Amino acid sequence: MNFDFPDDLRQLRDEARRFLRDRCPTSVPRRILESAEPYDRKLWGEIAGMGWIGAAIPEAFGGAGLGALGVCVLAEELGRALAPVPFSSSVYLATEAILAFGSDAQKERLLPRLAAGETIGTFAFAERPGAADPRKLEAHVADGRLHGTKLAVPDGDVADFAIVAARGDERAPWLHRVELGGSGVTRTPVATFDPSRSHARIVFDGAPAEPLPRGQGAQQVRHLLDRATVMMAFEQVGVAQAALEMARDYALERYAFGRPIGSFQAIKHKLADIYVAVELARSNAYYGAWALSTDAAELPIAAAVARIAACEAGWVATRENIQTHGGMGFTWQFDCQLYYRRAKLLGLALGSAREWKHRLIGELRARNTTSQMAA
Amino acid sequence: MDFSDTPEEAAFRAEARAFLEANAERRKPGSVEGYRRGQDAPGALERARAFQAKKAVAGFAGIAWPKEWGGRGGTQMQQIIYQQEEAKFDVLSGIFGIGLQIAIPTVCTCGTPEQRERFAGPALRGEEIWCQLFSEPAGGSDLAALRTRADRGGDEWIINGQKIWTSGAHYSQFGILVARSDPNVPKHAGLTFFILDMASPGVEIRPIRQMSGSSHFNEVFFTDVRIPDTMRVGAVGHGWRVAMTTLMNERHGMREAPGPDFSELFELARNIELEDGPALDNAAVQEKLAEWYVRTQGLRFTKFRTMTSLSRGQTPGPESSIIKLVAAGKTQEIAAYGLDLIGMAGPAMGAEMPLQGLFEEALLYSPALRIAGGTDEILRNIIAERVLGLPQDVRVDKDVPFRDVPSGRRG
Repeated sequence: MNFDFPDDLRQLRDEARRFLRDRCPTSVPRRILESAEPYDRKLWGEIAGMGWIGAAIPEAFGGAGLGALGVCVLAEELGRALAPVPFSSSVYLATEAILAFGSDAQKERLLPRLAAGETIGTFAFAERPGAADPRKLEAHVADGRLHGTKLAVPDGDVADFAIVAARGDERAPWLHRVELGGSGVTRTPVATFDPSRSHARIVFDGAPAEPLPRGQGAQQVRHLLDRATVMMAFEQVGVAQAALEMARDYALERYAFGRPIGSFQAIKHKLADIYVAVELARSNAYYGAWALSTDAAELPIAAAVARIAACEAGWVATRENIQTHGGMGFTWQFDCQLYYRRAKLLGLALGSAREWKHRLIGELRARNTTSQMAA
Repeated sequence: MDFSDTPEEAAFRAEARAFLEANAERRKPGSVEGYRRGQDAPGALERARAFQAKKAVAGFAGIAWPKEWGGRGGTQMQQIIYQQEEAKFDVLSGIFGIGLQIAIPTVCTCGTPEQRERFAGPALRGEEIWCQLFSEPAGGSDLAALRTRADRGGDEWIINGQKIWTSGAHYSQFGILVARSDPNVPKHAGLTFFILDMASPGVEIRPIRQMSGSSHFNEVFFTDVRIPDTMRVGAVGHGWRVAMTTLMNERHGMREAPGPDFSELFELARNIELEDGPALDNAAVQEKLAEWYVRTQGLRFTKFRTMTSLSRGQTPGPESSIIKLVAAGKTQEIAAYGLDLIGMAGPAMGAEMPLQGLFEEALLYSPALRIAGGTDEILRNIIAERVLGLPQDVRVDKDVPFRDVPSGRRG
């Protein structure tokens, strides 16, 4: 039994935590939240320099060759720091899509620039309120040109290209790469409930679209989401853990009725429940990481389990962090809001827990071997 | 990252499996018997003892005990591997748990060489079964509030008082007992720890009928029971420290609650019709199922994390403290939801009900899971204090002589 990250990655996690503690205190996401600056460009350059952005990219393509597990440990730390950078869009989604479905030529052309952080990619999927279903896309590609509208694309205003889920010639969903700075693309930054990460509405009107040769079919879109979801789960666990620690620290510091509020069972039990949610989420994220790193057939199940637990932990921890802080918790001045906004943002990106629960049961029914899996 | 055994672990697992194949029967697939307490079945105790004796000879009893206690001198990881394998077989090992996990390790750690010599072997071989005489009507979660008296009389101690919630007192030969030897000092300081021969004159055992109808626990009354001073474990007044040596074994164990779990609920949902078709097609049911699957897997992988620490020879991290808390509540909720699906027919118990009435039974015994071995509330306190570092509650009784501590509305 070795259900843990290898030593070199645990070391990377410690280094990342130390670096971000110094370089990305909460004043950094707060600055992005309060300004028109879409992301911290300098921080992005620094983490590129340390090889984080290309963690999963093989060394032959200019990456660090740490595989998906490397991304997972970094994701947790970036989540903990609420890092305002387009890491999830460019790494979990754009890079993963090209690694999984791109041609050799596309890999050679794109991966080194992605690894260096010189090119930012994102993923454009949602088209309307409600469940995002790859079988019900309006966006379509005809004669190499993309038409359609994508809502709330993360980093859509700053990314150089997007991997777009659109119907192809056969009407089946097909992942295409589209330059966002080129013709036929109109992008409009949109206000969101978490301005520390920027989003855009993108209208494609005949934009040149380059297919990812192996990215055809709803299954492929699902596979990309499964992989990204596991990495995102680590980021969510990082956010939740940081919110738990913030609540714990405040409970020790704040006195009421002559004692630290952390000595009241109402607060102690609340924080214990958050701890339980975070640990369950962490354990399930590890399961996802195992499935990612071994290309396990269980990946759709592991991704759903990781996702659902991470959404729960993120929500409970950041919501109850505000509650623990009382009135100060909902002031602009206190940082509770930063965690609360980010946790819910991450809980919607890639689909809400409700969608993943539906998907999980579908997968379990399809497999029909529940007794074995729940053993 | 991988779930596979190391070569050493795999070899040990093969050895354990070979022993079990030769000496026990595999559980039937789909059998729900494993969830039920089997010790009430006729002849169960004798079969359990005979199997325990074989385990001891083969070196699978006391796997992680040091060799000087008569154990194998193996690792915690080997202990878990053996338990995983044994769980697939129809054997009853739980009745030896208090002796092997709590009583004997305490006696061996804190007691005299003579006590170790006398008690470790017979417990290991299943010849002597142990019970734990800790909780009292006035001392449950607040164990140190116990009132059973131990008064010194020459080379003996005279015990008077009452214990409660004693599992297996009626078939145990010995018990570990904590009693108050000095009421004039604060409560934790006035306790002493003893080994009690359950056949001693003045010991009276009365079964407690639980709300499920079965009687797993007992009340034990002491009237001028005499214990030789040679059966004292640790110094006079050190009883609390001695009791705490192994008490956490009970709470931090890897064991989950017995009872219906996700797979049973999934099976039920697959076979039951609701107003709009099969339960498994109903979105509300799916959502509940998904939540319990996620919790079940979360516990499973939390255990894997703990096992990874053990496998490396490290002390498990604090994450293991959540297992019992999560598992117990989940069992009760799953039992109740299963009955909701069964609907109007739900109250009926017995063989014609889904899974032979497992959900109906669990409704009645699952409240105990959230209380025995540390209540939900005490477990949350432990997480808050020992994991998160929050302060202890204000304790008004802490520095007061025990005789002055209020014990009721008029006390």
